[in-house]
Amino acid sequence: MALDDRKSEFKFVGTRPDRPDGLDKVTGRAKFGADAHAPGMLHGAILRSPHAHARIVRIDTSRAEALKDVKAVVTRADFSDKVAFKPGLKGEFWNVLENVMAGEKALYDGHAVAAVAATSALAARDALKLIEVEYEVLPHVTDVDKAMQPDAPVIREGAADYSVPEGMHPNVVRYHESGHGDVEAGFAEADLVIEDHFVTEATHQGYIEPHACLATLGNDGKGELWCCTQGHWIVQKTCAALLGIETSQLRVTASEIGGGFGGKTTVFIEPVALALSRKANRPVKLVMSRSEVFRATGPTASASMDVRIGMKKDGTITAAQGVFRLQGGAFPGAPGDMTAMCAFAPYHLTNVRQVGYDVMTNRPKQAAYRAPGAPMGAFAVESVIDELCNKLGLDPIDVRLKNAAHEGTKASYGPRYERIGLVETLEAAKAHPHYSAPLKPGQGRGISCGFWFNHGGETSVSLALSEDGSAQVMVGTPDIGGSRASMALMAAEVLGIPYENIRVTVADTATLGYNDVSHGSRVTYASGLATIKAARNAVEKLCERAAAKWGIPVDAVKWENGCAVPSGPNAGDFDPMPLAEITASMGRTGGPISGHFEATPEGAGVSFGTHIVDAEVDRETGRTTITRYTVIQDAGKAIHPAYVEGQYQGGAAQGIGWALNEEYIYGEDGRLQNSIFLDYRIPVASDLPMIDTVIVEVPNPGHPFGVRGVGETGIVPPLAAIANAVSNAAGLRMRQLPMSPPRVLAALKGNG
Amino acid sequence: MSKIHVSTTVNGDAVDYLCDPRETLLDCLRDRLNLTGAKEGCGTGDCGACSVTVDGRLVCSCLMLGVEAEGKKIETVEGMADGDVLHPLQKKFIEHAALQCGICTPGVLVAAKALLEKNPDPTEEETRYWLAGNLCRCTGYDKIIRAVMDTAAEMREAS
Amino acid sequence: MDYHSPASFAEASALAAKATGTTRFLAGGTDVLVQLRSDIVTPDTLIDIKKIGGVRDITRNADGSWTIGVAVTGAEMSEHPELGREWPGLVEAMDLIGSTQVQGRATLTGNLCNASPAADAVPAMVAAEVTISVTGPDGVREVPVEQIPTAPGRTSLAKGEVVSAVNVPARGANGGDAYLRFIPRTEMDIAVVGCGVNLRLDGETITEARVSLGAVAPTVLLVEDCAKAILGTTLDEAALDALAAAASAACNPINDKRGTIEFRTEVAGVLAKRAARIAYARAKGEKA
Repeated sequence: MALDDRKSEFKFVGTRPDRPDGLDKVTGRAKFGADAHAPGMLHGAILRSPHAHARIVRIDTSRAEALKDVKAVVTRADFSDKVAFKPGLKGEFWNVLENVMAGEKALYDGHAVAAVAATSALAARDALKLIEVEYEVLPHVTDVDKAMQPDAPVIREGAADYSVPEGMHPNVVRYHESGHGDVEAGFAEADLVIEDHFVTEATHQGYIEPHACLATLGNDGKGELWCCTQGHWIVQKTCAALLGIETSQLRVTASEIGGGFGGKTTVFIEPVALALSRKANRPVKLVMSRSEVFRATGPTASASMDVRIGMKKDGTITAAQGVFRLQGGAFPGAPGDMTAMCAFAPYHLTNVRQVGYDVMTNRPKQAAYRAPGAPMGAFAVESVIDELCNKLGLDPIDVRLKNAAHEGTKASYGPRYERIGLVETLEAAKAHPHYSAPLKPGQGRGISCGFWFNHGGETSVSLALSEDGSAQVMVGTPDIGGSRASMALMAAEVLGIPYENIRVTVADTATLGYNDVSHGSRVTYASGLATIKAARNAVEKLCERAAAKWGIPVDAVKWENGCAVPSGPNAGDFDPMPLAEITASMGRTGGPISGHFEATPEGAGVSFGTHIVDAEVDRETGRTTITRYTVIQDAGKAIHPAYVEGQYQGGAAQGIGWALNEEYIYGEDGRLQNSIFLDYRIPVASDLPMIDTVIVEVPNPGHPFGVRGVGETGIVPPLAAIANAVSNAAGLRMRQLPMSPPRVLAALKGNG
Repeated sequence: MSKIHVSTTVNGDAVDYLCDPRETLLDCLRDRLNLTGAKEGCGTGDCGACSVTVDGRLVCSCLMLGVEAEGKKIETVEGMADGDVLHPLQKKFIEHAALQCGICTPGVLVAAKALLEKNPDPTEEETRYWLAGNLCRCTGYDKIIRAVMDTAAEMREAS
Repeated sequence: MDYHSPASFAEASALAAKATGTTRFLAGGTDVLVQLRSDIVTPDTLIDIKKIGGVRDITRNADGSWTIGVAVTGAEMSEHPELGREWPGLVEAMDLIGSTQVQGRATLTGNLCNASPAADAVPAMVAAEVTISVTGPDGVREVPVEQIPTAPGRTSLAKGEVVSAVNVPARGANGGDAYLRFIPRTEMDIAVVGCGVNLRLDGETITEARVSLGAVAPTVLLVEDCAKAILGTTLDEAALDALAAAASAACNPINDKRGTIEFRTEVAGVLAKRAARIAYARAKGEKA
């Protein structure tokens, strides 16, 4: 059911008030990562490898250290795996350390090898030029298929885990296989089987704010860190491990964050700034340049994929199989498993099998990017479905409806779905005027479905009431796109006080319990659930105070419209007692009233979307213009619909960039060729049409108000939907992203 | 290396600073004058987050040296509101949810203000091309364009 | 880095002549600052020419020609009430460079002296037969634009020489120019291919033609075979096909992050046709 057709049972939820941090953000007052300043502050800069793969023979920092303006120089020797009291860092912490500061080898172009702190940013940059590094250049590989070949250079021996079958190249570090049924029997039942090969390039999250931090660490092991991050507790934990200090001694404050999309869920410069600060005994500010962001922070994985699907003439899918090979840079972590698990998840399949590979190459360590792994798989699978529909003369929405997963479907990745909203998004797509609008010559239309799991994660929220009846909510998930507003709306809904009377603060690590990162589309779901439960916890206490005053049992009091009221005629005849009346005297009636909630919510409902896109291809130049775009997605329940629409639109726009022009381009020398926004082409305002949205609401049974996460699913369908539109416009199948003009023109000329 | 003394006007205030000739106007605004509203997203003039006006002309402050500001009139996002009265664009950006993370917002606002001063009735296409140098990675631009167009309409009615 | 802001071109020339190390002139700075910031070029001497008198002026001379000051920005060219009516291709080429913000700073002269083969304003200047005045230790000389870039990032300007004016010829009757470029996005990209066309007609027939190509060779090309293909014609389909073939044949491009040899070669022909049609319509007095 579309949003506007529903009569809301909510008073605040579903409205569109101004965001609480709006004023700060339109006046330039909001403090982002690079906006902090501390007395005596030094400026840091990082020296990076120009080689894709090289042994570090020698680093001589003496000339830099001799400069008067330079107060500290650090290398790997200054981190915890080399210091006496915390040797032998293992697992992902070791990987992060190795990425943050190279050890024996530089593993990619841009890999940090040393850092300096000096009295000005210019002095720090100048000092870098005086650090001498002797490299022994080694053979490198940046392509996923080549990295799996027997003769490929080995990035690191022994990086593979137990899941990798014997006989694979050491660069294959994780293997995933899942599915059910008998795919060969399924293919035998099909009237048409199509198998095809698909390739996507690595793309960057492209947040406009480069990584930035301000670190202070004393040799007493106590530290303060200000940084732009999606999750400051993970920063606290990781930095503490890398620096060899106690976690609780490091207080991390999340600045306002200028975009993350998954890319700010780990650390890059923060441990380096802390190490510099410890050595210089002064605060150190470190800010990445844009080029450093591209070269050395996580892009997404690139993929090489083979997908085979069998279909009957009536559109029934009889079997589906996919092999997904993802490279994630010089460390384990490419989400080949996620790609495999999500690829066929929208469909009710009897026979399905998927395989995913995590492969290492000489590229920066991949980081999460909005539904990590899912868009690539959807591109391959939904392209094959589109081709099957074209060949069999079937309507692409009808075919998807016929095969759509629903409540009770055994998902391709294992579990049975609870109540889900895929069918509703497809029905809304079919009914949308966009789907039946005529196309002009040269235009093509594409549709695609997409799936993402959504995530719960560790969550703590505290809510404190003030004497005047206002409320402050402390959450631990950085506000990356309006979440203060949705938290305040949910708290207002429970407390029954105006939205404006609630202040939501992103608390630092010293003032709230652990919180997982703002990722996995979890904030409105998990922090929202925790906010609701913390508010309910406070309401229980409010009711207790009213019950005590009235002299009736607490279960004879209920909470309605911001007031304690007797639960029924038998409870007694008392006037409603407003929240502010209770809080005004709370100091005398039992003390401050707060609400708390800490848990790891497990009920994040999975979500689905369907996108419709029209594309026009210039057959003389291969250039594609997106002429119309519609996103239809199940939000479960939209708390602040304007920001839900914003997530849909933003996901679509990033998908358009990924589909058409964005890519990491490596030269033969293994160096990144396009590490500035001029040549890493994210969509600009004039590239895009308005992006229509339809919010479908099929409530998630796992959230008190029905919320499903909305942040990530929106980037899953665009690659495929646009590829289908371009393919239908061009009259040939585009199997490689990005569909840049040279690639499309080559295909049109028959050289593709 | 000796620093250069610069006297200029920022948001109507006379200011002075000393800067290295290599420092950009953006560096000087942020580090010398503590005006951190303008952001550095790229340092190469490709993202527009550092947009300011110099003698009324929209520029990227990362593409201008601090020493070039001598004797100029600089306007930044910090000077957009009139006391506690927000500029209509600022109000509309909040109302339309035209920002998500907000890092591009100062630059977009300064650029949009320059547009409306030059062209009070821009088409959607003119607005999109004018703002093509202001990258936003969160919104897909939809709500930004709507907010600017709506502000323009409201300012036309008011005038 | 030493920063200077001389009051005359003679002073600028003298400063440059005696400077040691790397010298750069600062006009709009949209290339110089990027190179400085990325540690590609950190000049030892930076000479800001914007305080020299007249550098912000667009002047129409008595003979109908134009003198454009070396610090005139793209925005100022676009806003000029008459320049764009006479030389729309030149003004549009300049306007294509970068964003609105970059337009507030970028100059024709900077675009030329940066010596990128993909510079947008340069093919348009070459097609328009623009010359530049160069002030050096020995006085002022006038040089056709096509003789300035010698290779990517290199110019024929000698030590101590500074560009002191841009000279645009009189438009004259029955003429029209156009510049088109190909970029993957709609804005903010470097040209993958650029093409400038400048025509004069007698009735329907083309009597003068200059066709230039950008981003398809180490320097911007003035392609005589393209001019020949359309001279004496009415820009019929056969002439357009011949023009496209000549444009593609003239290409000597590279494969790089922005495009392939095949793509550039093919699209050079496509753009030549499209730009020629626009220039032809303009020469006929039609709005295009």
